[in-house]
Parts: sequence; structure tokens; C-alpha cells
Amino acid sequence: MDISNYIYLSALLFTIGAIGVVVRRNAIVVFMCVELMLNAANLAFVTFSRVHGNLSGQVASFFTMVVAACEVVVGLAIIVTIYRSRRSASVDDASLLKR
Amino acid sequence: MVTSTNLVYLIALPLFSAALLLLLGRIADKWGHIFATLISASVFALGVIEFFAMQGREGEARAATQKIFEWISVGSFQVNASLLLDQLSICFVLLISGVGTLIHIYSIAYMSHDHDRRRFFAYLNLFIAAMLLLVLGDSYLNLYVGWEGVGLASYLLIGFWNQKPAYATAAKKAFVANRVGDVGLSLAIMIAFTQFGTVTFAGVKESASGASAGALTAIGAMLLLAAAGKSAQFPLQSWLGDAMAGPTPVSALIHAATMVTAGVYLITRSNFIFDASPTAQLMVVCVGAITLLFGALIGTAKDDIKKALAASTMSQIGYMILATGLGPVGYAFAIMHLLTHGFFKAGMFLGAGSVMHGMNDEVNMRRYGAIGKVMPITAATFGLGYLAILGVPPFAGFYSKDKIIETAFNAGGIEGILLGGATLLGAAITAFYMTRVIVLTFTGTKRWDDNAHPHESPFLMWAPMAVLAVGSVASGFLLSSGSALVNWLQPVVNEHHEHHAEEFLPPMVVSAMALAVVAIGVAFAVLKYRTVPVEAPTKVSVFTKAARKDLYQDSFNEAVFMRPGQKLTSGLVTTDYKIIDGLVRAVGWVVQTSAASLRTIQNGYVRSYALIMVLGVLALVTAIWMVTL
Repeated sequence: MDISNYIYLSALLFTIGAIGVVVRRNAIVVFMCVELMLNAANLAFVTFSRVHGNLSGQVASFFTMVVAACEVVVGLAIIVTIYRSRRSASVDDASLLKR
Repeated sequence: MVTSTNLVYLIALPLFSAALLLLLGRIADKWGHIFATLISASVFALGVIEFFAMQGREGEARAATQKIFEWISVGSFQVNASLLLDQLSICFVLLISGVGTLIHIYSIAYMSHDHDRRRFFAYLNLFIAAMLLLVLGDSYLNLYVGWEGVGLASYLLIGFWNQKPAYATAAKKAFVANRVGDVGLSLAIMIAFTQFGTVTFAGVKESASGASAGALTAIGAMLLLAAAGKSAQFPLQSWLGDAMAGPTPVSALIHAATMVTAGVYLITRSNFIFDASPTAQLMVVCVGAITLLFGALIGTAKDDIKKALAASTMSQIGYMILATGLGPVGYAFAIMHLLTHGFFKAGMFLGAGSVMHGMNDEVNMRRYGAIGKVMPITAATFGLGYLAILGVPPFAGFYSKDKIIETAFNAGGIEGILLGGATLLGAAITAFYMTRVIVLTFTGTKRWDDNAHPHESPFLMWAPMAVLAVGSVASGFLLSSGSALVNWLQPVVNEHHEHHAEEFLPPMVVSAMALAVVAIGVAFAVLKYRTVPVEAPTKVSVFTKAARKDLYQDSFNEAVFMRPGQKLTSGLVTTDYKIIDGLVRAVGWVVQTSAASLRTIQNGYVRSYALIMVLGVLALVTAIWMVTL
């Protein structure tokens, strides 16, 4: 089995996610891009698990999913709160810390 | 050597009184002066009791000691706070407490209009305590405590009227000049400690006989520096004239009779060092001879009566220092002149204070004239002091000063002729300037303002003057009859009565010569000051100008020490500001500017933080990849 394609796909997804985080302003999109990066990592974990013939990678990917689920809960709550108070979901508007 | 338990009270009483008067403050204003005077009188009484007790003992047993407490105890080095009352100390104890008490009495009247009189008396008692500690300490370290104490008291009293900036400056000047001498004393103590391992007089005396000539000369030179500072000798003489800023009783007690003679005491006490080091002795006689002429020359041109007397004090102490430098024969005569000088100079200062008291504190002698008619008692007591300082027989100075002149001539060789000539010349100039003071102040025509109403001083002021005048008349005869003082001091200064074989001039000839030069000086002054202009003449010889400016002593000090010192300190300040502070500021500047540029990274945009993280991770991964490749 050629694993290169899986790694290429994982790297491609991660790159798309990273670029999305850096260039998009909408908090929801940034959030989804973060999810994309996590899932790219998951894909790499599962691939290597298959290559090495043990379950460590798959266990790690479950951990990642749990953490991602928690992150979604907390993250969305923050985004909704910010939207309520500032009437905007743009991450550039939430730049109060520098002042 | 007997052990006494009473010596400590000589110091403790005035010290307690000074502390009490200073701590109680205004509460003690009503009775402070009386209390201080009684304390001083009781110290004098104690001194007299000790004197008679000492006379009752014989030989070795005459000296008394008392250990007060163990002061320093480090390994084998032991210094006790101990007192030593021997034949030399008792002379000083009686002089200090006796003249001191008289001046306390005088000050009650003299300072009666000053609302700080209590503080004045507290300082006077502090001075008495410190001066007694100076002469009673049994080691150089104990002496040093008293030495600093009298310096402090002198500073406080010169600057007693420190609301006048000039007086405060005079006090500071005296203190600084004294510090230079004090450094000499502390160095002498340190050398003595490293060389002999002890600082007691007895211990140093024992070790001095086997010590190297270099060490002894070094100690001697440093002791001489100390003596020069305290006794206003060349080259540290410049403070004494300005010290006249203090109240006149202070000038009489501290800057004429007692404190300024501490240098003579120090050298006499250290006779074992100077006797063993001819080089140090030569330095001592040179300093003495220079100062006696220096002071006398300044005295000829001063119009301020107190400054003229101060110059005279400087000159007379020059005589004493010179005598101490002449070896074992000179010490007793130095002390004798010190005691007689204590009487007549204190008396004359009190007389000057009495004149000032009647003349609205005017000190310029050109504005006196004919005061003898209105102040007969002052004139009479001052006149007796005048005859004593001139050395007219049978007044006190005749016995003490002529002996010094005679001893100087007998020093032998060229040195003897030079020193004898210097002392003789000094005697002539002394006669000139003292006659000038008398003529300008007490005789001639009246030159004072119409609003001055000179009057005789009250009893409390003229009584001490009268007692001191009696001393000026009788003390010389009493001290020298049957060589009383010489025999008395013999155990301390080791004078063996080996009569000088190579006597250069017999005493009669010396006395005749001294009287002749004194007569010339007096005649010259009387002729010169038949008429006295109220304003000091400006067209005068270059010598008079120099003498009016204290022979340029202040200009010299300013040019050689003060200005380079100022340059040095201002240079150091600039260095500190430019280099040391500059370095600190540079560090601050670097941090500030780099922080300002780094701060722009913190723009608050989440996306830029994310980008930096991505780049960071990329860099990390690349680095790991490069390393493992």
C-alpha cells in the first residue's frame, strides 16, 4: 500500500486550514479551518497507525476528536458572546488587547 | 604609680553638665549658666585636691592612674579607657579648670544679653570635659578622643553665632584645618601600633628606645602635623584668625589659653619619640621658628583687636613649639611659657572683650583711642598682661620667654644662633605690635562714634580679669623660683640636670639683649602711632599689605589646595555624569528603542499571531529536519 497519497492529502488539508486561519476574518470560518487542521492531523495519525500495524495512532486520533469537540463547545460559546456584544464576528474587530 | 578612683569625676562632671543643659533645653535657661560655672569650679577644686595629694606623695608614686573600663580587647591588643594624672597633666588640669572657671564667671556677664546663654555654657562645659580627657588619657587613643572632642567644642563655639554666614564659614574652616592635623595624629597612632603593638604612653616609651630611626621620625613628623593643626602652627595656621568669630570668652579660653596649646602638650608628652629622633626635632624647631615670626608679622598690621591678639597667640605658641624641639632642656620652659601665656593672653582677650562690650562690639582699634580713661580697670589688667608678654621683669613672660630665648641660643652652633636670632627678632616684633594695640586702644585721642558710650564692665567681668592679671604678674616668678616647675616636670620629660657646658650666652646677657630689642620695638611703635587715622591708610608698603592679608596664607591655600581640589571634584562629577551615568543611560536607551520596535509586533490581530505561530512551527520543523538530515 502506498501511504504517500494519504500523507500528501493530510499535508494539503493542513495547509488549506493554516492558510484559512491566517487569511480569513470571519471567526466561524477561522474556526472551521482549525477543525480542518485537526482532522488533517487525524488522517496522518490513522495512516501511520496502519503503517506500523498498532493502534497507538488511532487512540491518538480519538483523543484529538474529544479535544476538538470540547474546543467547539467553548469556542462557539465565545464567538456567540462576542457577536452579541460587538455585533461582529470578525476576528480583526476583537483586537482590544493591544490597547 | 598609685591607683585613684576620683580622676574620672574630673571629666564626668562637666560632661554630665553639658549633656544636662543641652537635653533640658529652655527649661534650664534660668539657672544653666550658674550650674555650669559651679561644675567648672568644682572641677577646679577637685584638681587642687589632686594637686596637693600628689605633692604629698614622693617620687614614682606621684603619678596616679584609674582604669575606667576595658575599651578595645582584640586578641593580644588591649586598650583600656584609663586616665593618667602625672606631674605634666596636673599643670594642664589646673590651667584648664582654673582659667576655665574664671572665663565661665566672665561669660555670665558677657553673654547676659544673649538668649542662647545656656547653650553657650553647655558647650563650654563640653569643652572642659574634652580638654581634660585630652590631657588625662593614658594612651594616644584616649588622647585622640579628647583631641576630637575639643575640635568639636571649638567648632560649635566659633560658630556659636552661626546666623551670620561668615561666622559659620569660619567654624567650618577651623574644623577642616583641624581635620588635616587629626589625620596626622591618627597616622601617628597607626604607625605606633604597627611598630610597637601598643598605643599607651608607657608602652610606646618602652619600645621607642629600640625602634628604628625611620619609624620614630615618621611618628614624630605625624605628631608634629597634628600639633600644627591644633595649635595653629605653620603650615596649618590659617584658621586661628578667623576663629575669632566666636564670642570673646571662647577666644580667651580655647583659642588662647588651652586648646591651641594642645600641640605643645602632645609633643611634650611624646618627648621620648622626639628625643630619639633628631630629624623630627629639627622639623619641630623649624615649624616653631617660622610660626613665631609669621604670627608676629601678621600681628603688626591687624586693626581688629581680636585678630591682632590671635596672631600674637600663634606667635607665642611658636615659641613653645620651638622650645619643645630643643630637647629635654626645652620641655619645661615650653610648659612654663604655656602656663604664663595662659594667664596673660586669656587676661588680654578678656580685656579686649571688655572693651568690645563697652563699645557696641566694635573691634576696629582705629575706632578706639583713649579708652584707658573710661575703663581704668580693663586698661590696668590689660597693661599687666602687656608687660608680661613683653617679658619685662618681674612679670611672667620675663621668666618663661627669656628662658626660651636663652635655650635657643644655647642649642649650639649655627642652629643656635639662627634660632636665638629668630626668637629675639620675634620678641622685638611682639613688643612692636603689642605696643601698637595698647597705643591704639587705651591711649591717644578718642576716635569712637558719638553713639558709643564706653563704660567700665561689671564686677563679674573685671574680677576674672583681675585674677588673671595677678597671674600675669606672679606666675612666672612662682613657677621659676628654685626651678620649681623644671624639678616638678623632671620625671616626665627626663631632664637630667647636666648643666650645659657649652653655654653660648650667659642668662644675664640674653635678658639684656631681649630687653634691648623689646625697648626698640616699643619705642618704634610709640613713635609710629603718635597720630592714628580713623581709616586704615591705603598707601602702605608691600610688607604691610602682605601682613594685612595674613601673609597671603589664604590665597596660597586657595590656589594650591582649594582650586585644584574643586577642579578635581568637578572633574569627578563630570566623569560620573558623562561616563558612569552615560553607561547606565545607554543601556536604558538600547532597551527602550529595541522594545519600541518589538512592540509593533504586538498589534492585537489574532491572524498575525497565528501567522507568527505558523512561521515559528515551520522554522522549528525545518531546523529539526536539517539537524536529522
